[in-house]
Parts: sequence; C-alpha cells; structure tokens
Amino acid sequence: MAKKSYRQAVNEAIQQEMRRDSAVILIGEDVAGGAGAGGKDDAWGGPMAVTKGLLAEFGAERVVDTPISEAGYIGMAIGAAAGGLRPIADLMFNDFIGVCFDQVVNQAAKYRYMYGGQDSIPLTIRTMIGAGLSISAQHSQCLYPVFSYFAGLKVVVPSCPYDAKGLLISAIRDNDPVIFCEHKLLYDMVEEVPDSPYSIPFGEARFVRDGGDVTIVALSRMVHIALEAATILAEQGIDCEIIDPRTTTPLDVETILESVAATGRLVIVDEAGPRCGMAADIAAMVAEDGFSSLKAPIIKVTPPHSPIPAAPNLEKLYIPDAARVIAAVHKVMGRKD
Amino acid sequence: MMQSSDQLLLAYRKMRTIREFEDRMHLEFTRGDVPGFVHLYAGQEASAVAVCANLTDRDVLLNTHRAHGPAIARGSDIYAVAKEIYCRQGGICRGRGGSAHLHDVSVGLWGANSGVGSGVALGCGAALAARNRGTGGIAVALAGDGAINQGVVSEALNMASIWKLPLVIVFENNGYAEATGADYAIAGKDIYKRAAAFDMPGIMVEGHDYFAVYDAVGKAVTRARSGDGPTIIEVKQLRYYGHFEGDAQSYRPRGEVEQYRQDKDCLKTFRSIFIAETPGNAAQLDAIDREVMSLIDDVYAQARAAAFPADDEFMHYIYASDCQES
Repeated sequence: MAKKSYRQAVNEAIQQEMRRDSAVILIGEDVAGGAGAGGKDDAWGGPMAVTKGLLAEFGAERVVDTPISEAGYIGMAIGAAAGGLRPIADLMFNDFIGVCFDQVVNQAAKYRYMYGGQDSIPLTIRTMIGAGLSISAQHSQCLYPVFSYFAGLKVVVPSCPYDAKGLLISAIRDNDPVIFCEHKLLYDMVEEVPDSPYSIPFGEARFVRDGGDVTIVALSRMVHIALEAATILAEQGIDCEIIDPRTTTPLDVETILESVAATGRLVIVDEAGPRCGMAADIAAMVAEDGFSSLKAPIIKVTPPHSPIPAAPNLEKLYIPDAARVIAAVHKVMGRKD
Repeated sequence: MMQSSDQLLLAYRKMRTIREFEDRMHLEFTRGDVPGFVHLYAGQEASAVAVCANLTDRDVLLNTHRAHGPAIARGSDIYAVAKEIYCRQGGICRGRGGSAHLHDVSVGLWGANSGVGSGVALGCGAALAARNRGTGGIAVALAGDGAINQGVVSEALNMASIWKLPLVIVFENNGYAEATGADYAIAGKDIYKRAAAFDMPGIMVEGHDYFAVYDAVGKAVTRARSGDGPTIIEVKQLRYYGHFEGDAQSYRPRGEVEQYRQDKDCLKTFRSIFIAETPGNAAQLDAIDREVMSLIDDVYAQARAAAFPADDEFMHYIYASDCQES
C-alpha cells in the first residue's frame, strides 16, 4: 500500500472505474483542459489537476471537455445516464450549482420517482467545496446541506484520501444520482490508500477518534479541525469522540445517537452555514430522538450567516478553527474559558 | 421516403385518437376528477405523429409537458396514459407523474418535463449514449416555442452541434408560451433561423400538414442517423385549447381557433390529401373514426374506475433500493 494524496485517490478511483466499465465517462469544463486550444489537449486535468492523465488513457470520447454550459452538460449527463452510460460530471465549483440547479434537483433527483421507478440515473457529480483560498463568495461555499434537502440525491463529503477513493467508487457504481463533494483544501492530504479498487458503503459513519466525554460530529475538512482540537483537549483531560458521517444522504443518525447516548454531549463542527445546514439538521435530529441523553445543550460550530470574504484575515474568521471547537467543548463540559 | 397506405392509415388513426382523447379530456376535466394541471395537444396532432412515424424502437423521443399527444403517437398504451393522467394504479408512471410528466421507457418515450427546455439537454445525453454505445439510435427532443428562450436550450443546441450529436430538435410553435405570444417573446420571431447561429440546418414547416412534417423530420432523422449532426425543425401550429384546462384564454384574438379549425385543421388536411390520391379511402377513414370513438369511451371508463396508488407505497421509487415492484 502506497501513500497517496486525496487528489491521487480521486484520480485513481475514476481511472479504475473507467477501466472496469466502458459505460463510465467523465465530462465537464476542462476535465482534460485544452480541447481545441492549439497546445496540449490535456494541459490541465481540471483546475486542481485532479483528472490529469485520464484523457491519454481513455480518449476524448470518454473524457469530454465541455463548453461553459453547466446546465447543458449536467442535463446531458442525466440523459446519458438514462441512456445507459455512467457519467461522472464535473461541476468544477459547487457554487456553480446556481446555473444548473434545475438539472440537479428537478431532473436528476426526481427522475426515478416521478416516472414511477422506470429508470435509474447512475450519475456522479463531482464538485469542489470549501473556503480557504481567498477566492471569495462564489468559489468557496459548502452547499451539501442544499443537496441533502432533495430526496432522490445522495451526498458524499469525504474527509480523507482513503474515504475519497472508496466512496467515489461506490458513487460511480451507485444507481442513484450522487453529489460527491471534494474539499479543495484536502487535495494535498496524504495517507495510505490501497492500490486495488475498494468501495465504502454510503450511510456508515466513521469513528475518527474514540472518547467518552463529548461527541463531536464533523464533516469534510472540519474532521481535521476537530482532531486538532481533540488533541489539545485530551491534554486537558477531556476525551472527545469524533464521528465523520461521510455521507449526508444517507445520514448515519444511529451512530450519532449511540455516541451521544454514551457521552451526553454533542458539538457539531461544520463549514456549511448555521442556518438550514447539516449542523442544524443533525442538532434537530438529536434533540428529537436523543434528548434524554443530553447533559448540556447541543452546540453548533459553524461559520457566521454571511457570504465568504476574499480577504485572508476575514476568511480566517469565517472558517471554524480549533479554538472555537475547544471553546464549544469547554462550554458543553461546563468549563469556563 | 414514401409511406405505405397502411402506414398512413396508422398515422391517421393516431391523430384521430389524440384528437378524440383530448376533446374528451376537455369535457371530462370539467367534472372535477382529473387531478392537477392538464395541457391538451388538440390541434397539434400532425407534429408528434409525423415525428414518431420517422422513429424506430432504438430511438428516444423526449416529451413536453403537453404530453398526451406525443405519448399516444409514440405508441404508449392509451389506457396506461389515461390512468396516469388520472393518477391511478396502472398509469405509466404509477400515478407519480400525472398529465405533464408522461414517460414510458418501454416505447422510447422520455420524460415529459415541467422545466420546458430541459428535454433538449437530456436529449443530448440520450444521443451521446446512443452514439457511445453504438445502438444506432437517435434522439428527438420536442420543445415548445417557450423553450427556445431558456438558456439551457441554447447550451444544449451548441453542444449538440459541436459534437455532431444524433439529435433532432422539434420546436412546436403553437403561438403561445402560456399566455405570452411567441412573436412578442422571440427575437426575430422565427425559431428555425436560430439554427444558423448553431451551425446546423433549420427547417420551418406548417404543422397542420402531416405530410410536410413527415418529410421535414425525415430529412433531419436521416442526417442525425448518418452522423452529420443535429437539425432544428420549427413546426408552426396552433393549440385548440388553453395553456392548461381552465385557462379562459382571453389573451387570444377572437375567432383564431375557429378560423384555424376551418382552414388548417390537421385531420381535415390529411383527409383531403389522402382521399384526393385514392377516393376510395374515405370509407377507411370513416371506419377509423368510429373505432376510435368507442375506444375512447372505454379508455375513460377504465381510467376513472382504476384505484389510486396504495398509500403504503408512498416511499417507493425514491432511490434504487426503494424500487419494489407493485
């Protein structure tokens, strides 16, 4: 087993599935990066070089650079999925959902249900989430709570290379539309990732850290912020259990409830906003079904209800950090900072 | 391509069936037991029937919200179509879609769609899949005059052209996008002329003339099938009823429909051309008219008598894992 980056893990999952199944195609803006431009026809492999090298192996029939037409090519991918392909559509930044929302939420999500179960849409939409690159409010959001609202979609938020590969393979093999949310600040994270293909089932949370005092539910990059906080808190004698749901639809509520039953305290750390987000959603579920276990009010650690600024100092204030997690844990433990 | 007498009689039967089905629906709707929005296709029959006469089982037709006519034209079981409109068990979408979302994968009829332009984008996908999989099939996307002004349609037309997808886009211009006039809403007024900007042929055809629509679509289908890429066809026509049932249509000029019915009705036009060629054919058409009438009686009786979907199947068909057969 070799050490691989999150970027390599995603690339390898796509490559192995494209080798396994000729119905798998990759389409999107600059997924090869260079079509018809006169120079190298695979200059980019996406703006973060995640899909680099796939054009050379699979050719332009299966690795398709599209015009800047998100509604058009996401719609096309849905039609191609209904027609027997297994497209991976690359929606570069999840913020661009704004121009293809109808395709995702009214077409892909409803296709099976509204037509009475006649068809499947085996479509994976890969998309980048997350703040931290000073690229402002239209390139930095975490919109998976929005996707999670829609019955018919599945939503994946991998926090590490191992999960990214296994969950992406599951997404590509899944017979429902899946939104696969890659955090752009995780692409350089490296860990051991098996060379051979493997799949991780949806709806099974991962225990990132065992602990008996406080349950921390954290998503995507926030798992690492939670870990950083938990390491410091351990030195203070507070033992945190960290749960990474890994998929927000389906959501492994049972695991969260079991952990809260043991710890009696819940902190939710999410880079999505405080309103109608995953933190609010999970808090509501635990309040409804795990209230009797709670020894303290649930605390959400999220960004403020604001757009995301470009200025690095302001963006740093936006993104939850370990200090805020530590403060929240202290609060649910009844400690004064 | 010339059609045989049997093929033409089948075309007439389908057109007559759609007309009677829709005229009956117009009456039945007033009884109050048809759920939801209902958009009727009466007046436009020649378009869908002529399109479908050019298609094979391998092809895909993408339906619009004005969905009943294309479904019948494509060969969906008319009983299942009626049951779907009544949202009953036995409906082609098991009562989940209703009138505006008729979809029948068994006959290559896809997704009538409330977002009116999306079918063109999905049609690109159907065409891409057919080409990549080597099925030999093509896709035909039906859209209305309203759809040409949706951004997704421009995106899809551009993609279809740059990739020479085996796609035909048929814009059924019935004069109105809901209550807004096509001449007001469409810059340049002619949809087919926009084809030039997308580097594809654009054909305009009078929609009351089955034979003209058949020929125009035939050319486009041949082009798509031979790998030369997409074509836009604008079918000029008129709908006989409102945008939806219950629409008072006060936005329309008085007498417009009556005049069109008199001068350009597609069934009358078909009959006169067909009989002119072989006068003895009138009796065959009359026989079809009688048969269709009694079929429609039975279709509506059975649709109204069918049960609604079972409450305990409410959560079926959301995900692949919920797809229990009922």
